[in-house]
Parts: sequence; structure tokens; C-alpha cells
Amino acid sequence: MSETTVPGPKLSRKDFVSNQEVRWCPGCGDYAILAAMQRFLPELGIPREKIVFVSGIGCSSRFPYYMNTYGMHTIHGRAPTLATGLNMVDPSLQVWVVTGDGDGLSIGGNHLVHCLRRNVNLNILLFNNRIYGLTKGQYSPTSLPGHKTKSSPMGSIEQSFNPVSIALGAEATFIARTVDVYAKHMGEVLKTAAEHQGTSFVEIYQNCIIYNHHAWDHLTDTGVRDDNVLYLEHGKPMVFGKDSDKGIRLNGLKPEVVQLGDGITEDDLLVHDAYAEEPTLAWMLARMEPPQFPVPLGVIRQVQKPTYAELALKQMEAARARRGPGDLRKLYMDADTWEISAEPEAAAALNGGSGSR
Amino acid sequence: MTELSVLTPDDPVVEELESVAIRFAGDSGDGMQLTGTQFTNTSAVLGNDISTFPDFPAEIRAPAGTLAGVSGFQVNISSRDIYTPGDAPQVLVAMNPAALKANLADVEPGGTIIVNIDEFTPGNLKKANYDASPLDDGSLDRFRVVKAPLTTLNRNALAGMEGLGNKEKDRCKNFFALGLTFWMYDRSLDTSLHWIQEKFGNKPEVAEANTRALKAGYHFGETTEEFRTRYRVSRFEVPPGTYRKIMGNEAAAMGFVTAAHLAGKPLFYGSYPITPASSILEHLASLKNFDVRTFQAEDEIAAIGSAIGAAFGGAFALTGTSGPGICLKSEAMNLALVLELPLVVADIQRGGPSTGLPTKTEQSDLLQVLFGRNGESPIPVVAPCTPADCFMMAIEAFRLAVRAMSPVVYLSDGYLANSSEPWRIPDPDDLPVIQVEHRTDPDHFMPYLRDEVTLGRPWVVPGTPGLEHRIGGLGKMDGSGNVSYTPQDHEHMIKIRAEKVQRLQNTIPEQQVFGPAEGDLLVVGWGGTYGAIRSAVAAAQGMGLSVAHAHVRYLNPFPRNLPSLLGRYRRVLVAELNLGQLAFIFNGRFGMKCEQLNKVQGQPFKISEVLRRIQELAR
Repeated sequence: MSETTVPGPKLSRKDFVSNQEVRWCPGCGDYAILAAMQRFLPELGIPREKIVFVSGIGCSSRFPYYMNTYGMHTIHGRAPTLATGLNMVDPSLQVWVVTGDGDGLSIGGNHLVHCLRRNVNLNILLFNNRIYGLTKGQYSPTSLPGHKTKSSPMGSIEQSFNPVSIALGAEATFIARTVDVYAKHMGEVLKTAAEHQGTSFVEIYQNCIIYNHHAWDHLTDTGVRDDNVLYLEHGKPMVFGKDSDKGIRLNGLKPEVVQLGDGITEDDLLVHDAYAEEPTLAWMLARMEPPQFPVPLGVIRQVQKPTYAELALKQMEAARARRGPGDLRKLYMDADTWEISAEPEAAAALNGGSGSR
Repeated sequence: MTELSVLTPDDPVVEELESVAIRFAGDSGDGMQLTGTQFTNTSAVLGNDISTFPDFPAEIRAPAGTLAGVSGFQVNISSRDIYTPGDAPQVLVAMNPAALKANLADVEPGGTIIVNIDEFTPGNLKKANYDASPLDDGSLDRFRVVKAPLTTLNRNALAGMEGLGNKEKDRCKNFFALGLTFWMYDRSLDTSLHWIQEKFGNKPEVAEANTRALKAGYHFGETTEEFRTRYRVSRFEVPPGTYRKIMGNEAAAMGFVTAAHLAGKPLFYGSYPITPASSILEHLASLKNFDVRTFQAEDEIAAIGSAIGAAFGGAFALTGTSGPGICLKSEAMNLALVLELPLVVADIQRGGPSTGLPTKTEQSDLLQVLFGRNGESPIPVVAPCTPADCFMMAIEAFRLAVRAMSPVVYLSDGYLANSSEPWRIPDPDDLPVIQVEHRTDPDHFMPYLRDEVTLGRPWVVPGTPGLEHRIGGLGKMDGSGNVSYTPQDHEHMIKIRAEKVQRLQNTIPEQQVFGPAEGDLLVVGWGGTYGAIRSAVAAAQGMGLSVAHAHVRYLNPFPRNLPSLLGRYRRVLVAELNLGQLAFIFNGRFGMKCEQLNKVQGQPFKISEVLRRIQELAR
């Protein structure tokens, strides 16, 4: 398990393209995410053999087959568990978990929150299209209330999940959001996520062209998108709008949208602090939704905590320091033992436990 | 029990016994497991053969004094080879009326019952559903009853000790009772005194109180006129060596660590706490200096998922649970099967179905581990037969998993997990080393390229340059591993996985038989029933019956000589703690009609139960 590897030849996008034919529906948002990933990975300078993609079940989960790295296409909802075991065995690998709103938030919701809470050094990409695509069009945990689907012909009666709120509630150390067709923005977000130590949670709004087309039109249609997106930058005031003339201001304990000018300047606006330990601002951003608010994109929160494997390895080192490297003989003898000699009449002799393993 | 007429307390008669079974019973808070363990340790050190079985309620602290809260620990000590904790205890130590009521039916007629009469109050009798005190109504006439005011005697012994209230003092009364049994069976106090110092060294007043209670109990035995006889169980002659006492789950944990350590691999254990498997997690969590990585997962599925991830990463990967957990793991077991990664799944069976009897033993998961998954799912199964055998079969499970690149089930049970016996400590240099090869050669590499002999695929560890590959749970093509829905590919993969498991037959030992190689009756068992069956068969052989015993430790694939062996006896009796699961397989697989002995009461077989059935069948 070496921490560093000798830098190999510079890789290009093509090095990360596998020989498998991509089988998503034409026009699927997944193509854009795959392309962004293959374009950005060479920038990391990590050799292919040190990268692993792990997925569950769903359209998004076909992702590993198309990446020329190590990969596992596992079972529904469970990818974070396999990734956790892999990371504990070899923390030097860069592990990506690719999941969706059904895989990650419905059947696998439990694993997602526990993975985030443990801060396992993984990158989790949650493709959110607010629908079940692979099973052909049933509502998902992120489908909006009232959404009519094949399994909710009269409209969904369920409150939908907000993935960023869930990540925050699970004490995630890195939370970001981007959109499938924002190629450049996604590349930047993925890079920041990859470099973060701990679980990086990235929600990617992704369009399902067959079963939930237009779900993200307000963020992708050129006519309206700039008025609906708030690009977050650490240390910068929260300005948005086609003409950068609007902003987010704090009014009491609530954010509000204000028009710049008429005495309101950037100095009056909220300034983004991605590194704040205290999560109030992140919660505020998580809850901002259209039509009242623009959608915050970019890194919402990034704080430093020890990773799971770091803590686990530290305990192993401490155990070795205290008791020495594992010695089977000592282990077996670590109890009250007694000797039986070949001499039949000799009494059995008590030995004390060796007291250490 | 021998009746003797002329006795003085100063001069008790010592009677030599071959073996004796003692059961300690009280409230689950009374420390009966500890008392039994102390008696066992002392007896083991004296050189007796020992076999123990704890029987405790699922509730940690049921209401004091009630039947639900009764906790018991039985130990059989012997000067000859014994295989079980004994059918019927000759001695019962009952700390309260509920403990008496719950255990009375098991005591051997004529046996000794020591009761703590201080606890036989109207309130406690009512809690135990007694209308009248059993001490007065003649219902115990078949037994020798020793009525001792243990609570009072213990308090008197601790009188004047500063800093301890009656509650703390009463906590020592189990050691008073222990001291008394030590006197009755002529045991030294040394091992327990040593233990008290180790355990309570930093709490001198507690150490002192327990020491006093133990000694007072011993002296009470000496001075009271209640006991007219002492008993001695002599040393058991065993092969020379260094011995210790071992419990099944402890042995399993050490076996798993040994397998990984000798192979030079980290051991990864993903598990979710569940009775009676949790102690494996606890043992392994304390062995981090052995490169053991334990992961207490959020649920059973995460536990096995993490282990599969660890196997992909090149570790010796293990997950452990009991029957209900196997239900939850079954989808992931199939993933491991299709990914063809080595993984050991430990199932420590308990009473089912559903939550069932968490703390009681049963053998009712056999069909589940063999067949309880979607699709054609051949998974090797090994089953240890004694607490010490748990060590060897744990190593064996990993050997088969690595060889076949397959999940393997280690099928133990609550009885094996918690019972103990002496274990001759092995020399690690004499233990089998599992050879592991991780392919690094990219030349002509394909992830499902198979070894011609084992049919196993290469185990490639991420981080190996040039061998990047993807594996998944979808149908696939052999060799390349590419996703394929082609009918022929699907059938080929199904058949080759089955063949791969079947080929393990070439590396597992032939089935051994205890007794004649042919004859009237073969008694077949598996798992933790070994001791009861072996003892019953030995007794039947002593009666001149033509009976043999085969205990099957490899349940899939079976040893290759098994079918022919079964055919050499006029009748085959399959004895198991379920309604006939192995018998069902024998009948189906070998076209035979087995006789059956079945019990599903959450309790192990008694020797007498097996013997009775043998006598019916082998005339």
C-alpha cells in the first residue's frame, strides 16, 4: 500500500475510455457526465490502476463499465458499503461511487448517510433525475409532490428528499452540486471533490430524456438559466442573474433576494464561506429552491475531519506499538494454560495468562 | 449418591467419581455464567476433561426472581474423554425459587440440589409461580436437598467490611456458592483467587470481598454437617502438550486470524452485532495488532458489502452473523458468487424462524445457506463439530474460498459458539498455510480466465498496472467477463460455477467413520451435535450394537466417499436439531430413505435421546 506512486506518462481523456459500447438512451444526461469525468481525470495525475469506480443498480450505475479503470457494478443501493471495505483495505486508491436518486436515497439511503457520517475517503456522485429510469418511469424519493408517473397516476403524495439537506444532516464534510450539461463547472467541482480528504458528496442534476424530460429546464434553458442559478465561490458575495444585478441578503434569520442598486451594494450581501465549521449558512443554501430563490451550485460545504481509514489505521498502529506485531503463539497462550506432561502421574501445572497478544 | 452412616464434619468421606455435571442457576444478574466459568477453569487446570454449556435468557436483565430471568451454566468434568456438558446434572445450585423451578426437571433423580433458602420468600415463590414452597411440600423427595442460607452466610462473612453496602455484599454470594462447590469437589481455590486479583486489582475492597466470600463458602462446606461426602474427579489422561480452555467463537476468531496471518494478508471483518455471533466481532476488534480491520457496519447488508469490497482489495474478507442476518445478506452472497471473489460468511445459527430464540441453539439454517438465494447459487459450506474444531474449520473455510474464488459459508451454531472444551495449543508452524497468488502479469489477461484445475479466476488487486478491469453482477461471458445476455453464455456460467464448487471435493478429506465400516446402523450428524451423538454411539457399541457414527463437516460439496459409505449400513439415521434438513438432502441426492432423529427445542441433544433412537433402530 504505497502512498505515492511514480508519476507515469501523462494521460489523456482517451486513456479513460473503456472498450465497452455505451448503452444509455440517446440524449441521456449521463453521457455529458461521463465525458466530463473522462476529460477531467487526467488532470489529477493519478495512474488509472489507482482509480476504482463502484456503483449500485440503475442507469447511472452502468458508469464503471465505461471507465478504463478498476470497477465494480454491484447490487442496488450497496455501492458505498463495498467502497468502504475497499478503502479500509487500501486507502491509497481513489474510489468513486456513482449512484442515483433511487439507488442512493431510497434502497441505499441507510448506507449513504452512514458513509457520510464516517467520513470514508470516497467521492460519491449522486445523479438526480427525480425518476426511476431503468425500471421505466416510477416516481423516486426526489420526485416532487404531485408528480404524475406510472406508479403515481394521480400524482405523488410523498414529500421529496433534498439530497444536500440529507448530506448536511449526516455531517458530510464535503457537499457540492452541479448540472449534467455544465461541463466546465462540473470539471471544477469534480476536481475539488477528488482532492478533498473524506467523503465528497456531489449532487448532479441529470436529465432523463425518456421519463422525466424537462425536470431541470429552469437551469438549462439559455433564456432563463442565468436568473435561476447562484454560482457559489468561497469568499465572494452571493451575486446572480443574467446581468449580475441580483443578490442574496440576510433578513433576520432568513435569506432574501434583493436587486442591487438603489442603495443596495455587494457589501450588503451574504458572503459564501464554504469552510465554515458551523453549518447554518450551508443549511440556508440547502433550503434555497426555485421559484423564490436561485439554485446554489458549486461547493456548499468543505470542512476538514479525519477520514475513517486514517482513524482505523491509527488504532492499528497504536495496537502494534502497545503489543507488538501479531504473534500467533502469544495469541494462543493468552489464557490460563496448563501443561500435560508425558509422565502420567505428574500433576498438571498452571501457567498464568501471558496477558498480551 | 452413596449413603453413609457414620460421619463427622471434620472427617468427610471422599468418593471417587468418573465424571460429574453441575449446573449453576440463578437470576441473570446473579453472576451464574461467571461462577460456572470459574469452576470450569479450575477443573481444567486440575487436568479434568471439561465440557460446558451456558443457557441464558435473551433479556439482559429480566425482572429479578422471575422464570424469564433465569440464567444457567452447566459444566461436565471428567477423568475420561467426554464430548458433552452432560445430559442431566447431578448437582444443581439454585440461587432462588425461579432457578429451581426452571431447572428441576433436568436434574438426575437422586441428585443434589443446593438451594439458597434466604431467597425462598413468599414474594419470590409467587414470582416463580409456586403456590407453596417446594422445600416443604415433598416435591423434592427424589433429591438430596441442601438448604443453605447463602445470602445470610455471605453477609456474615463480609460483616465489618468498610465501604460496602448490603447490595454490594450480596453481589459476592455467587462466589460463596462457588467456594462451597470447590470444597464439595475437592478443588483448589488458587485459580479463582488469582482471577480475582487480576480482575479487581484496582478495586481492593471488591477483591477482598470476593476473596472472603469464596473462602467462607469453602469453609462452610468444611464445617457444616450438611455435607457428608466430598467427591473427587481425577485427572483425564490426554496427549501431552500445553492446554487451554476454548469457546467456539473464540476458536473461530483465532482460526480466521491465523489463516490471514499465515497467508500474509490483512483480515477484514465486516459485521453487525447479532446473537450469538457478536463475540467474533469483539474478539477480532481486540486483535488490531494482527493487521485485523474490523468494521461494525450499519446493517447486515453493509457488513457483507464491505467484506466484498475488502476481498476485491485483496484482503482475507469475512462477514459473520446468525440466521436472520443471512436472510439479509443473501443478495450480496450471490454478488460475491458472481464476482467470484473469496469471502467467508460465518453463520452462527440460533433458533428460528424470524427473531426466534436468539440465545438458543438450532441447526435450521442448513437449507437456507445451501439454497436460500435467487438463481442457481452453489456455495461451499463447512461445519465445525466441536469448540476446538471451530479453529480448524475457520482456516479451512478460507482455504476453500481462496482456492475456488468463491464465497464459503462457515456454519456454526449457538451451542458451539458458547460452549468450551480443553484445546491443545497448536504450534503455528504446523498449521496449513494458504497460498495466495495475485496476478500481476498483464499479458493476455482477462478477468474470468480460469485455472484449469480449480476453475478459479485470477485474483487481481486494484493498484496493479495494466490489469484494470470491471466486474459486476450482470450476466456475463466467461473469460472476458463482458456483460452478456446470450442464452449459451448464461448457462455456461451457471454450470461452470457449479463445477468449480464440485471440484473442491478433490481437496477435502474423505468422510471418516467411528465404529464398524459396515453394519446395522450409521448415525450421521453435523455441527454441534457431535458430542451427544459420539457418546450415544459409543454407549450403544458398548451394548454390543452394530452402530457407527459419521459426522459430516463438509456439507457442500460432500466428501466424495460419502454416498458409498452411506450404502454400507442397513439403515442410516440422520440426527439433527431441525425437522430433517440434511436427511432431506440425502434422500433427494442419494435416492435413499433416511431414518430421522429431530429436535427443535432450542437445546442440544441429550445423549440419552440419541441412544434411545439408536436402540429402536439397531436391534
